[in-house]
Amino acid sequence: MATAPATLPRPHSFAQRLRAGDSIAYTITFAASATIILITGLLAYYLWTGSALTRQRFGWNFIFTSTWDPVAGQFGALPFIYGTLVTSFLALLIAVPTGLGAAIFLAELAPRRLSDALTFMIELLAAVPSVIYGLLGIFLLVPLLQSKVVPALQAVFGFLPIFSGTFHGVSLFSAGLVLAIMIVPFIISVSREILLAVPNDQREAALALGATKWESTWKVVVPYAMRGILGSVFLALARALGETMAVTMVIGNTPRIQASLLSPGYSIAAVIANEFTEATNDFYLQALVELGLVLFALTVVLNGLARLLILTTGGGVKRR
Amino acid sequence: MTIKKPIWILAAALSLAACSSGPQQILINGGGATFPYPMYSKWFDEYHKLFPNVQINYQSQGSGFGVKQVTEGTVTFGASDQPMTDEQIAEFRQKRNTNILHFPTVLGADVPTYNVPGVSTDLNFTPEALAGIFLGKITKWNDKAITSANAGVKLPSSEIVVVHRSDGSGTSYIWTDYLSKVSDEWKTKVGKGTSVNWPVGLGGKGNEGVSGQIKQTPNSIGYVELIYAVQNKMTYGKVRNRSGAFVKADLMSVTAAAAGVEMPDDFRVSITDPTGPDAYPIASFTWLLIPEEIQDKQKMNVMRDFLKWMLGPGQGMTVELLYAPLPQPVVTKEQAAIAKIH
Repeated sequence: MATAPATLPRPHSFAQRLRAGDSIAYTITFAASATIILITGLLAYYLWTGSALTRQRFGWNFIFTSTWDPVAGQFGALPFIYGTLVTSFLALLIAVPTGLGAAIFLAELAPRRLSDALTFMIELLAAVPSVIYGLLGIFLLVPLLQSKVVPALQAVFGFLPIFSGTFHGVSLFSAGLVLAIMIVPFIISVSREILLAVPNDQREAALALGATKWESTWKVVVPYAMRGILGSVFLALARALGETMAVTMVIGNTPRIQASLLSPGYSIAAVIANEFTEATNDFYLQALVELGLVLFALTVVLNGLARLLILTTGGGVKRR
Repeated sequence: MTIKKPIWILAAALSLAACSSGPQQILINGGGATFPYPMYSKWFDEYHKLFPNVQINYQSQGSGFGVKQVTEGTVTFGASDQPMTDEQIAEFRQKRNTNILHFPTVLGADVPTYNVPGVSTDLNFTPEALAGIFLGKITKWNDKAITSANAGVKLPSSEIVVVHRSDGSGTSYIWTDYLSKVSDEWKTKVGKGTSVNWPVGLGGKGNEGVSGQIKQTPNSIGYVELIYAVQNKMTYGKVRNRSGAFVKADLMSVTAAAAGVEMPDDFRVSITDPTGPDAYPIASFTWLLIPEEIQDKQKMNVMRDFLKWMLGPGQGMTVELLYAPLPQPVVTKEQAAIAKIH
């Protein structure tokens, strides 16, 4: 493409002006992407310096102890980390098969018109504010769990520690379910786009080799799109990790680590939002900022793991 | 250009005219406690009607916000549901080079609310029962500590489910301040604060979160603000005061609680567990935090004038919004303290 300007016939040709446009576009888009680095850097810097006091005082104990006592100035984040991870993974456990299944149906199997209509609804769902999902959780999901689902669950699986104990409606389990409902639209919407982007040659080649429709979908199209699908899953996970409002409404807000999913818990984002406004002394405030730092680190670590996972497994199908 | 110029001049003249009509606009920023927000916004609104050139903005972002912002000097005044601590005052002095004054404005109270199937009457609670329940020591509704104060009420043998606030709040501060006064065990184990390490229970966000949780959970108990309980027609219990009487919270009994306390000169006082036969024991003032020296003398004058008005006609507006007004001796004492602002 790029040729030396000296070979151009006239100095102010259209092509040259266009090239000047290129460099302007380059500068603008570069500046735009530089803001990403700037914002991430500022965030990390603020979280790090803003928690200097508590990092000094507690060191690693901050993330390995479980007493959260603002009155005594004793801060341990373990129950919040536990609650965040448990609810997020529970959400993924439910949302990934559902979301992927729906995406495959919409992209590969459903008639075009149905697919478009459903996709419109999914995008609508993705735009619903989280407080609405919280209300849905409190007024619909929790009563349903309390009256029907959990008694049935406990009748069958009650012997398992994760389904033991008294159920008060608000719990890790309810929070995981609400999160699952919230992130499913993300997974469907992004995965569907990615599946649709798989070149038709791939499908035709599989079918030509004698594969059934399902075989071509499951063994060729999905692996081809795996990288993108995993991307959508981790986008969803990021949302689940950071979700505040809907979680705090149904999780029970109790900083304790209990084996049962039916017991109340607490998440990092929820406790920050809950206690931030009334944190009057510096030390307390810094403990909350450090919780933010922990959540930030958690996201980075999980993202790193995700990339590792893609490198080791998702790379199975190489793209040209 | 030649056409544009006159328009420019005209526009400038018009805007100048708009500015010079009437006295100079005075804008005052404040912020803090959420509990008195409906009252404050009504006051600032009414005051603005009286003096159209004075505009007082109030951001209700929590007591912590109020203390912090007034200390940093980003607002003219703060507001808090709990008095500033000695350390906070020391920090304020160091940063702002002046003293901070507390002015009580109205009173609030916490009430115990519950959902016990089959019980529709107002239950009586002794301080021991409340502390025991919230410490997790009293676990059944038919515990003697509860039944002995409620002769004639049939209480079930069910487990008690405790519900508390999950968000930091003045409501929790009043509740834990009270429990700290009536129970030594609470004082040493848990203490008082806007957020504490609760020994038992579920956390609900806001008054609405707590009341929603209680409505959905049979055999539960929690606490909400009196105003919230009245507005939502919730059943709530009586609490035994120091004189041994079981008192139901209302505006009268809350003001009575404030009347029974000896007011220190800096107005930083807790009125939970007060003396007085009619006093409701779980109540508190809420305060405006005003620097003793305000650099901008115009703002200083407005603050002084507003306080005078708030302690006069302002107090007459409290009852319709369900806030308990200040007792007269407190008003008199505050009126004298206004002169300290300079």
